[in-house]
Amino acid sequence: MAYVGKDIPHDSAIGHVSGESIFIDDIPPARGELLCDFVGSPAAHGKLISVDIEEAKGVAGVVAVLVAKDIPGHNKFGPVVKDERLLVDDVAEFLGAPIVLIAAENRDALREAKKRVKVEMQPLKPIFSIDDAIAAKSFLGPQRVIARGDVEKAIGSSEYTLEGALEVGGQEHFYLESQAAIVYPGEHGAVIVHSSTQHPTEVQSIVAEVIGVPFNKVTVICKRMGGGFGGKETQAAQPAAMAALVATLTKRPARIVYNKDDDMRFTGKRHPFKSWYKVGFDKSGQITALSIDHYSNGGCTVDLSLAVLERAMLHTDNAYYLPNVRITGQVCKTNLPSNTAFRGFGGPQGVANIENIIEEIAIKLGKDSLEVRRCNLYGSEEIDPQIAQIHADSEEKNLRKSAQSADEISSRLETPYGQIVQNNTLPEIFEKLPATSDYEKRRQEIEQFNRRNRWQLRGMSMTPVKFGISFTKRTLNQANALVNIYTDGTVMVSTGGTEMGQGVNTRVRQIVADELGISYDAVIMSATNTDKNNNTSPTAASSGTDLNGAAAADACGRLRNRLAEFAADFVFNDGEAGIAASAENIAFEDGMVWDKRRPDHRMTFEQLVCRAYIERVNLGERGFYATPGVDFNRETGKGHPFLYYTNGAAVSEVLIDRLTGEMKVTRVDLLMDLGNMINPGIDRGQVVGGFIQGLGWVTTEELYYAANGELMSHSPTTYKIPNVGDLPPTFNVALLDNSNNTVSLKRSKAMGEPPLLLGISVWAAVKNALSYASEGEIPKLALPSTGERILMALTSYMKERVAESA
Amino acid sequence: MSTSSSNRGISRRGFLKGAGVTAAGAAIGESAVVAFAEESAPKGPKIVGPKPLSVSLKVNGAEKSAAIEPRTTLAEALRVNLDMTGTKIVCDRGACSACTVWIDGTPVNSCMTLAIDAQGKDIRTIEGLAMGDTLHPVQEQFIEHDAMQCGFCTPGMIMSCAALLEHNKNPSLDDVKTATSGNLCRCGTYPKVFDATLAAAKMMKA
Repeated sequence: MAYVGKDIPHDSAIGHVSGESIFIDDIPPARGELLCDFVGSPAAHGKLISVDIEEAKGVAGVVAVLVAKDIPGHNKFGPVVKDERLLVDDVAEFLGAPIVLIAAENRDALREAKKRVKVEMQPLKPIFSIDDAIAAKSFLGPQRVIARGDVEKAIGSSEYTLEGALEVGGQEHFYLESQAAIVYPGEHGAVIVHSSTQHPTEVQSIVAEVIGVPFNKVTVICKRMGGGFGGKETQAAQPAAMAALVATLTKRPARIVYNKDDDMRFTGKRHPFKSWYKVGFDKSGQITALSIDHYSNGGCTVDLSLAVLERAMLHTDNAYYLPNVRITGQVCKTNLPSNTAFRGFGGPQGVANIENIIEEIAIKLGKDSLEVRRCNLYGSEEIDPQIAQIHADSEEKNLRKSAQSADEISSRLETPYGQIVQNNTLPEIFEKLPATSDYEKRRQEIEQFNRRNRWQLRGMSMTPVKFGISFTKRTLNQANALVNIYTDGTVMVSTGGTEMGQGVNTRVRQIVADELGISYDAVIMSATNTDKNNNTSPTAASSGTDLNGAAAADACGRLRNRLAEFAADFVFNDGEAGIAASAENIAFEDGMVWDKRRPDHRMTFEQLVCRAYIERVNLGERGFYATPGVDFNRETGKGHPFLYYTNGAAVSEVLIDRLTGEMKVTRVDLLMDLGNMINPGIDRGQVVGGFIQGLGWVTTEELYYAANGELMSHSPTTYKIPNVGDLPPTFNVALLDNSNNTVSLKRSKAMGEPPLLLGISVWAAVKNALSYASEGEIPKLALPSTGERILMALTSYMKERVAESA
Repeated sequence: MSTSSSNRGISRRGFLKGAGVTAAGAAIGESAVVAFAEESAPKGPKIVGPKPLSVSLKVNGAEKSAAIEPRTTLAEALRVNLDMTGTKIVCDRGACSACTVWIDGTPVNSCMTLAIDAQGKDIRTIEGLAMGDTLHPVQEQFIEHDAMQCGFCTPGMIMSCAALLEHNKNPSLDDVKTATSGNLCRCGTYPKVFDATLAAAKMMKA
């Protein structure tokens, strides 16, 4: 029986529903365990003058009060550029930047000691906004460019042009389990770190740097996370390093668990963007040229900002062919906690921009935005068999194809960065989804409704996604997996993939069970552990299953071959039937192993591995996978960064109260192409959940800061993530039947991030609704489209009317 | 005021008087140990704490006692004092419902309930929802419908849904939405939670 393709319940399902699943703070306290917390900078930008910790040290129950100079290793770290400090030693660059680390035996002592730390700082001028950062030329890293053709000339000769700017807001991850780590001191300076992290290897290296030991003395274990969403890719390292520092210096176990408010205030978020664009197009709405300058708010350090910006730039085309294009990108340095990875990783910001532009083109031309989108879509090879043939001829050629030669084949398949769009299912999605969602009919109803109704407005939009799968940093596209078979026939698998609810462990179990022909229940997943899997990539970029599943399959393949050879040579080799057993004829299925040509010669998997063990056959294997063909040169802005694309589209309809600005999403229809799904139930959950998270980002999730840079919206009472009341009453989710993704494991497609970008359809629908009230003007709408912003837009149209009539 | 301070061995302290007493008494609740008025003011409520006092809680049918400070929330008491970590704390202010437990069959935010207030009441947590090895129908259907991802909101979500079915054998979709309206799930499993709960209701009727 094959498990891949089946609705197997989540690996942790029983534990989750019974409350037995162990998260970091559920681990019982160890003897002598200390609790850790920190005192942060009172200024968003300030020079440290003095720190007085004497009084804090005297609090009963306080065991350690540490400052930067107590760090035995390096205080400097960072995933790309080492520009972060664990504890501020000179200049604090965000409000709350840790200065003093305190460890105590109980929470009361911790609280009391925090109050008694005295920090004196000389305030420096802070920068918070992108505009201020640009004015001050406060940047992180160089400006990047992806360009093709003569954009200025093409815009100059375009029938129509539009220009403007779009502000896209950030987003708090709001994983329910806040950042957390427990560190146990070991022998000779070693530590064991339990961390809620998407990137155990990163935690390992930063902990090692901070406590001053080689990497091999740090073991990082992650059983699961209570949500990650990118927020635990790099930023789980700081709390883990703090606890490790305490554990190392006190020789006692140390626990750190941020409370929700601190987590929200002091950790990074999705990058806010501000982008200025100029677009040229013809009367059909087809884009002739686009020039766009992205500026992202990186916060105070580089973290992953350069890669996030890169993905935003690589997704500015979204699903559309841009013949002449110039996309620039620059990360702004500001005095906010360093912004970081968040599901979509810049892709959503890039896509929001082009979808905004498409909506504006449609309004300008008085066309339905669906029509404008259709005429700008990348082509599909199915439509042009000649192109398909040319592509099939040489994979290598595709990788190296220059812009010129690609133009000769078909200009409508080449992305601004030179990768050719293959297996494009969007034209098919654009045929199917408008039909199944009753788009045309509803459009007519909406137009009628808006003409007649003074108090309410309706709007609708369909936006697609073409999400590039692979890390744009080539190195990260690798994974290793360890598969151990025990003599009772059970199997333990460990990979570098971390479980945050997305189901990577479930899918890997399914893959391993199928590869070895054993029951799903005979396979279990170990916690992700750096002493089993070294140098792992973060579980990110939607690629957790693609990479780790492929590495596990590689290990299983080698184990199966070895066992088949053993079976052929030693077990089924009795020569009675006159046919010698051979490895290629040994089958593994349903927990049984047999010779396909003599099915009566069979034994259980358990019996075979037992025999193999006795005959001294190696029953463990390490698998490895590196994504073939991907590469991208960020200097030239050209390359083949993605193995494939995951596609989909959503039609969203909204209803707005013209008097209050209140908005409701009334109906959503989603259609996604996920190839052959490994676990349809779990995959579907990713689609629905991702969309809802995107819906929150574009509508209600507004980060609100005080003038001193303090985040005021730091709990669910002030920061509004979607709850059940925000769900569309009609929410149809469908999946495209597509088995053409030959490049990926089991012909599946990654789906962690892509559906989040479909949330943009809701924002586009709001913009569409406003266009019915704006009297021909193009409505300007920042993202998120909060009720307040909608009301302000509606009020401004009303004011204009009043002014005109006066 | 059912329990006097003397039989709990708590020394009397008198820093709350007059109108404040009424407010505090009302806030703490009937079952709370409010024994703190001065000797000379016998009619006023009494105060306990701030030191830990012996609190006994009936959790999942079993009497458990621990030394707990009066200010301790039920959520903390369950997790820290009674080592029952199935109940999760997220926002710690009653805005996410991750800490939902039942008190006398009613779902409450255990982060907004003082442990001493829960004395003498029947507390049910996620650990006590299954009957031995037999999962509660809501738990079973959550598994069946993939109604969880990371699992951190799941205990609270299940306690909200199961409480609904205790009181309403025939819930509509809107009833389920109302019952879970306070539960935040960042993974966005809501639609599957609805399906699972409705399926569980059907299963319980069968």
